[in-house]
Parts: sequence; C-alpha cells; structure tokens
Amino acid sequence: MQWEVVIGLETHTQLQTRSKIFSGSSIAFGAEPNTQASAVDIALPGVLPVLNAEAVQCAIKFGLAVNAEIAPRSVFARKNYFYPDLPKGYQISQYELPVVGKGSLTVQVGDQEKTIRITRAHLEEDAGKSVHGASAGMSGIDLNRAGTPLLEIVTEPDMRSAAEAVAYAKKLHELVQWIGICDGNMQEGSFRCDVNVSVRPKGSDKLGTRREIKNLNSFRFMQQAIEYETRWQIETLEDGGTIQQATVLFNPDTGETRAMRSKEEANDYRYFPDPDLLPLQITLEDIAKVKAVMPELPGDMKERFEREYSLSAYDASGLTSSRGIADYFTAVVAQGAEPKMAANWVMGSVAAKLNEQDQDISASPVSPLQLAGLLKRIADNTISNKIAREVFDAMWAGEGDADSIIEKKGLKQVTDSGAIEAIIDEVLAANAAMVEEFRAGKEKAFNALVGQAMKASKGKANPAQVNEVLRRKLGA
Amino acid sequence: MINSSLKQLGAMLQAKQISSTELTQAFLQRIDDHNPEINAYITIDAERSLAQAKAADARIAAGNAQPLTGIPIAQKDIFVANGWKTTCGSKMLDNFIGPYDATVIKLFDQAGAVNLGKTNMDEFAMGSSNETSYYGKVQNPWDRTRVPGGSSGGSAAAVAARLCAAATGTDTGGSIRQPASLCGLSGLKPTYGLVSRYGMIAFASSLDQAGPMAKSCEDMALMMNVMTGFDERDSTSLQRDKEDYERELGKPLQGLRVGLPKEFFADGLSSEVAAVVESAIAEYRKLGAEIVEISLPNTQLSIPVYYVLAPAEASSNLSRFDGVRYGHRAAEYDDLLDMYCKSRAEGFGAEVKRRILIGTYVLSAGYYDAYYLKAQQIRRLIAEDFAKAFTQCDVIMGPTAPGTAFRSGEKANDPVAMYLEDLYTIAVNLAGLPGMSIPAGFASVDGKQLPVGLQVIGNYFDEARMLNVGHAYQQVTDWHTRMPEGL
Amino acid sequence: MSLSSSDVKRIAHLARIEVSDEEAEATLQKLSGILGLIEQMQAVDTTGIVPMSHSQDVVQRLRPDVVTENDQRAAFQAIAPAVENGLYLVPKVIE
Repeated sequence: MQWEVVIGLETHTQLQTRSKIFSGSSIAFGAEPNTQASAVDIALPGVLPVLNAEAVQCAIKFGLAVNAEIAPRSVFARKNYFYPDLPKGYQISQYELPVVGKGSLTVQVGDQEKTIRITRAHLEEDAGKSVHGASAGMSGIDLNRAGTPLLEIVTEPDMRSAAEAVAYAKKLHELVQWIGICDGNMQEGSFRCDVNVSVRPKGSDKLGTRREIKNLNSFRFMQQAIEYETRWQIETLEDGGTIQQATVLFNPDTGETRAMRSKEEANDYRYFPDPDLLPLQITLEDIAKVKAVMPELPGDMKERFEREYSLSAYDASGLTSSRGIADYFTAVVAQGAEPKMAANWVMGSVAAKLNEQDQDISASPVSPLQLAGLLKRIADNTISNKIAREVFDAMWAGEGDADSIIEKKGLKQVTDSGAIEAIIDEVLAANAAMVEEFRAGKEKAFNALVGQAMKASKGKANPAQVNEVLRRKLGA
Repeated sequence: MINSSLKQLGAMLQAKQISSTELTQAFLQRIDDHNPEINAYITIDAERSLAQAKAADARIAAGNAQPLTGIPIAQKDIFVANGWKTTCGSKMLDNFIGPYDATVIKLFDQAGAVNLGKTNMDEFAMGSSNETSYYGKVQNPWDRTRVPGGSSGGSAAAVAARLCAAATGTDTGGSIRQPASLCGLSGLKPTYGLVSRYGMIAFASSLDQAGPMAKSCEDMALMMNVMTGFDERDSTSLQRDKEDYERELGKPLQGLRVGLPKEFFADGLSSEVAAVVESAIAEYRKLGAEIVEISLPNTQLSIPVYYVLAPAEASSNLSRFDGVRYGHRAAEYDDLLDMYCKSRAEGFGAEVKRRILIGTYVLSAGYYDAYYLKAQQIRRLIAEDFAKAFTQCDVIMGPTAPGTAFRSGEKANDPVAMYLEDLYTIAVNLAGLPGMSIPAGFASVDGKQLPVGLQVIGNYFDEARMLNVGHAYQQVTDWHTRMPEGL
Repeated sequence: MSLSSSDVKRIAHLARIEVSDEEAEATLQKLSGILGLIEQMQAVDTTGIVPMSHSQDVVQRLRPDVVTENDQRAAFQAIAPAVENGLYLVPKVIE
C-alpha cells in the first residue's frame, strides 16, 4: 500500500522581551537557579499576574507578518495540571479566543512553493525546568524560565513530508527573527517545535491517529524524528497494529522516538477564563502603530528586488532568506554596486565561503562596503571577473580592501592597446599551428589563442580587448 | 477607651493623651485575657506590633500623623504580611511566614496603623461559621456557645469583643457582612476592584473583595480611605481617582429611595430577624427615606451559581499548594504523585477538599458547559436584576443573614444548610456591587439577646453614600455601641 | 446528575487529593447534596446570554516591559520544604 504522512506543527517561540509575561522578572538566559523567580513566578499565595505590553506587541507583529486576523478581543485561560515545573498548578494560556487567528506562510520546498495555513497563534507563559542529578532519587526545580513569554504558533496539518515540515520550520524561524520577536536561539530553547505526525493510505481524506513529537530543538533532529516516526507508524500499521494517540520524545542518540511516561494518563486540563486577567483588547490604532514600526517583510522585499533590480525570483528569494543576507545585500547596493552583480556575488562567492566555513553572514570578514569596492573595480574595468575572485579571496583572508590588494599585487588590468598588440604578436608567432587550425575553420583554436594571450599577460589583459585585437590580426 | 471611635482614638493620640504604645499594650492585654477563650486571633506578635506602635509614636511626635496612625487594627489572616505567620486558617500554611506584604497590609502600614495580629478565619475563607479553621472555632462574644459567622469570624469577634479598634475582612459570598451581622458590628464589602487583591490569598478571584469591619460606619469610612485605591500589581484593580469616603457623612437622607426586594422577605427568613429589619426600615422612613418595593427575581439562583463559580475558581487557585515551594509537605510518600496527593490530603481540611472536588468536577471535560458556562450566564441575569432595581431606588435594604448566630456544630455536618446562610449576600458578590451590614437591633433567642444586621446594597462605587446611609441611622440608634457582657 | 464513588476518586485524582474508599463514600453523600443544589440552574433558559466572567466591563491593562524584580531566592527558599543548591527538590520527575 502507498502511504501518505500528514504533519502539523506547534511552535513555541520565546518572545524577545526584557521581563516576563506576567511579572517584572528578567528573562535573561543562564542565571543561577531561581534567582530570576519572583513572588509571582514561584506562585506565592496572593500574587497576581499583570500582562506585559511588549509581549502583546510581538503577537501583533507576528499576526501582521503572516497576514492573520488579529483578535480585537482575546482571553487568557487557565490550563490546569500538576507538574513541579508549573508553580501555580495551571499555565496561563489562551484557549478559545487566541490573539492571532488564521494566517499563512509560503515556503520554498525544492523548487516548489507551498503555502502552509496557520491555524492560530496565542500568548502563554513558559514553565520552569526540572534538573536531574540533584540528590539521589530527587529532581531539582529551577523556575527562572517560568513565566517567560511564549507565542505558540499552530499550523493546519498541511505538510506531507519531513522536508516540507523542516522547510516550514526554517522559514518560520527566519521570520520571527526577521520581525524581531524571537532571537531564534534553538540551543537555549527559544524556538521549539512539537510535531504532530500521522499516516494514512494515499488518497484517503481521513486523518490517521497522530502522535506528537515534543520539544524538537534542531532542524536535523526534526527531519530524523519525522522520518523515524513515519516509518514506525507505517510498519506498525502494516504489521496489523494500531496507532495510539501519544506524546513522544525523540532520542538523538538512538534516532528513535518513545512515548513519554508522564503524559500517559488522559489529560483533562479544565480550561476556564483566568479571573485574574481581563480580556485583552487590541484596537485598529494599536495595530496601525505596530505596522508603522514593522520592518519590510521578506515577501514584500523579494517582490521589490525582482521589480526594482530585475533580479530573478530565485535570486530575490535567496537574498531575502534571512534578515542578515537581505541587510548585507541592501548595504552593498547602497554603496553603489550594480544590483544584479551584487546579487551574483552575495549569492555566489560570499555564500560559498560562508557555507564552506559554516558561518552566518554576520560573521563575514568582507564587509558590504568592501564588497562594493571590489564590484566597482569590476564595473570600471580595472580588473576582470577572474582577477576579482582572486582579490576577493585576499579580502576574505583579511589582506585589506580591493584597491590596496590590486595595487599591492599589481593586478590592475592591462588596457593599453600597444602593450596588448605586442603580447598578441608574440603569441601568434609562437603558435603558428593554432593559427593554421583557425584558418582551417576551427573556431576552438581562436579560444585557445585568447587563452594563450591572457596567460602571457598573467590574466591582466582586458579580455574584450584581447578578443578584438586578435580577430583583427587574424583578419577574421 | 476600648469603645472609642477611630476618630476619637486618633484625636487622643494626636493630643498625646495616650501613646500608640499604651493603646497597643492595652489591646494586647485584652487579647491575653480573652483570646484564649474567644480564639479570634491565630497569631499575635507583640514585639512586631509594639515596634510599629513605637514608630507611630515617633511619627505623631514629628507631626506627620495620618488619621489611623498609631491605631491597632487586626488583620484577617488571609493577607500575606512580611515576617508574619500567614495561615489562611489552614494546616497547609501552618509553617508559612509571609515573605512579602499584601497591598492592604502595606497601605495600613503606610498610614501608620499598628498591625495588632492575624485573625482567625474559615480555612481559605470557605465557610460561614468559622468552624473550618485549622486553628479551632471562634466564639461569638454575644453567646459563647454560638458561631461568630464566617469566614471573617475572627475579625468580627475581635471587633465585637473590643480586642482591636477595628479589623479587616474579606468577602467572597458574604464573609464580611454575615459575621458582622452575627456579631453586631458594621462591615462593608466594597465594589469589586476598589481594594487591591494583591497579597490577599485567593479563594474565588472574580468575587473576592476586602473591606473594613468596625464599630461604626464612620470608622469604616476612615478605613476605606486607607484601603482603597488603584494597584498596578492587580489587573482587576480599577483605575479611579482616590475618593474621600467621609465626604457624604452627615448629609440628610431626605428623599433617599430605599428598595426592598420582596425575595429577601420570603420563605427562609426567620421571623425574629424579619421583625428587627422591619423596625430598622421604619426608622429610615422617619429619617425621610422613601420605601419602594422591588424585585430581584433570580435571588434564589445565586446560591447554585455561586457554588459552581466559587469552587471552580478555588479548585484552580488552590493548586499552587502542592508542597513543592512552601507550605505543608507530607512526611512520607512513594513518589511525586504520592507526594502531591498526600500533602494536599493532609494539608487541607474537609470543607476545602469538598469545594476543590466540586470545582474540579464542574470544570472537567463534558461538564463545563452545563455547569460553569451556565452559571456565568445566570450570573449576568443576576447582575441585570440589580441594574434594573437601581433604576427604581438608590439603595437596597434587607436582612444580611436569614437568622441570628447559630450554635457551634449545628450546621457543621450539613454543607447545604450552611450554604443557605449566604442567600442574601452572595448575589452582591456575583454582581460585584458594594454591600454593607450594620447593627439593627437584637433578637431574643433562647433567652439570649443576639445581634441582627441590616444589609444595605448600593450601586457600583456608591460606598460614600452607603456609609452615610448607615451613619445617619447610627446617629439615631445605639445598637452599634452595645457591647457583649463579661468583656 | 448522580455521582458514584469511583467518580469521586477520579475527580480527587485530578485534584491530587488522596481519598480512601471510606472517605470517597462519605464525600459522595455531601457532594451529591451540593450537586442537587446546583441542578436548580438547569431550569433556567440561558439561550443567547453572554457569560459573565468579570463584574466590571473593563479590559486588561498592560504593564510596561521593564525588569522590576530583584533576586529574593534566599528569602523565598527559607520557607521551602526542601532545597539544594538553589533548586527546589521534589521526588524524581519521570518524563
């Protein structure tokens, strides 16, 4: 039987605020245990929550970024369950009326575009952490993270492969950083995905029973976990078994998923509106204010690049794949570089180097100003493209900017026609056989002669001039 | 001196006729003498109180005293107070020393009042007789075999027995007004949102409201001036300008329209209470009030609605008592789940457990719509009843409780009978309106004279007028000045 | 709506309160009485009535995003049942 996998994601993005969602504690990462856990965060008797304005701003930004409805009125609810990292015995979240409603995100999977529907996004507080390895048989509880603002972003079950799921997650990861609501740090848990996976016979329109893989914090693990889980579910069904709804964890060491013991019992969260908080109202003016400070979104920027710079969709999409790349490219162009040439270099040599060294564009040793300086010398025929690559390598190695490298290494292009004619005369004299071949009609021989001339000039002769002089001398 | 009003005490203090230290010592002495029997206080900390009294004396000497500076006030043990044992009447918090100050505590502190001690209460404010306290029942000073009402029973008994100058209470379904009625004092539950709930251990968050319990309406006005006000730490605290609650005192009641809901005088009201309430209303007629009959048709439903909403909120509010970060943890357990279940089974008393179970049940899957949502819908009907009534009258009057103080143990085993104690008070909390009880006379029961309270319900933010309505009555009657014998 | 003693045990488990079989029986009696009282609500037609969560029709006030709290771990953990190296200790959490 042919199987189809159906995937939906729930992503917890930690919002980039200074203080917690309902208290004035810092959310800085890495503090000593429980030193950033205030009376509200540890749920002392009598304390009350007050909502952080910045967290609401972040939610509005996200809503705008995915073209979603932003609820004029949303409600905080309590999700009741007992767990030692949940000090109140309930999590404040949004249930029936979330702040962000239906939206969508379009992603590139291979050379296909796919639109993933976003069901909702809601504000909630994070829980603390259980630390193992305390006294024997005990766990330690650190509540520094408790109350950290989260935006949980939920999709429809629209993805049909691990690759699609990862493409969506990566795109979302870029987007939340792009609009400045999340630092995207996956190691520190700022961006965590729960993935719902089910399988069904291809062609069926009924959803299979899903299992939820919790807390994936790397794209590679996500890919592995979904692939493993898909295989496991198909094998289970093909062996005549059934899938039980479950929450599972992925073990990167074994590459396998296993059901969580603590979540086995059916949960009854007893959601109800939190009486300590009033309805959250977001007016059109509130939205307009956020809109005014929103950065240009990647999709809009991509279209603008295509329109203004006549870039291909592929290039424009690559240049807007992250805020860092887009900012870099924009800066190169702002320094006077020709956009199409700038695009080729950013997507080509710069990307290749970064890839090679597995680095982010923010770590590029060649600044946009330096790259623009190099491109200027290509444009004014000071150097050829080929020489430019040599100069670029030197710039990358920290040898200075383009002009000083060209000067120091004597790479300036030869455009003096007398000098070029002299070189070509030498080449023609030394390569009589090739000249014969050319005259016999072998066009290839012409290219070989150009190559000899360039070689003789150590690559510095202007290739266009070499071509022209050579043709003239051969009477072609 | 023990019968002096807050204003009189303030004047004596400022005239240096007496020091706060002497006044505090005098009350501490009375507590020493009478509290072992009455059991109005859970915690007394003479050292802390006297340190505050000393500071108040210095403040008076420096000439920057406020009206309550130096006056000993008892605080219900529901308010977390820094350095004070704060139990909420529960074994769960028997070892809990408050690590911060509730806003109410802070406000009294800033006003220079002396915290005289933490008063006994029904466990987590769940009860109408003060019999659910882990720290034992409280005696009604008017008849020691009877309950003082609840849940602010300790505060009520302390004021009635003159073991403090005044006290704070909290009221979720009648917990200030009913004990005020049963102990013969004045108690006010303000409009929801006027007094900060920060640091007041939550029972039912959408209903809880703190207020004053005192000998007179004038005393309550002084306390309201201190207790109320916007608090940025409480999302439900209302952003309003600070009011002077004394401003209406002394105005004539001529033309005041008093609404009498016919449902408050129907079956369930004891004849002795009815008689006292009617004579109080006659007095109001003499003061120039105009009496109109009104209807609050959903009164009867307020009890079922309350016993869905309050336990639902409570079941969630009390989840934080899990033995992890503070409070009672069982001595022995097998694992995490067992630690939770045992700590909570041991730490909570029977009534609290019952309400947690009811609340858990009505919120659980499949029942939410039929119970919780339905109750919230009827809550709106109840609030609308009042809105309609206030188009016909300025204040509503009726009994506070259906009867006088009952005997200890009489209703302890019948929760439903106990719940009916709150028939006339609960609807006010559901609507979020201000409600007040003032002494209206005595009923003779089994040869004892037992106090009866008159309830006055006002429209939102109408506390200043209500206080004057009570004050005017207290100018022409002396019920509020009477004191139990033997004290 | 009638409850059974196994319902009581299920609810008690959700609420993390240990109840013995005898306690469940006794509790059942009292809870049934209270539920009987609550049942009165079912007689009311509430079609179309907006549920009332708060007594005032006001909206949530927002707090400026400022860090206002400082470290009070020592004070808060002085009243904790079990702590070690700044952590609250609980019986092992199994995921």
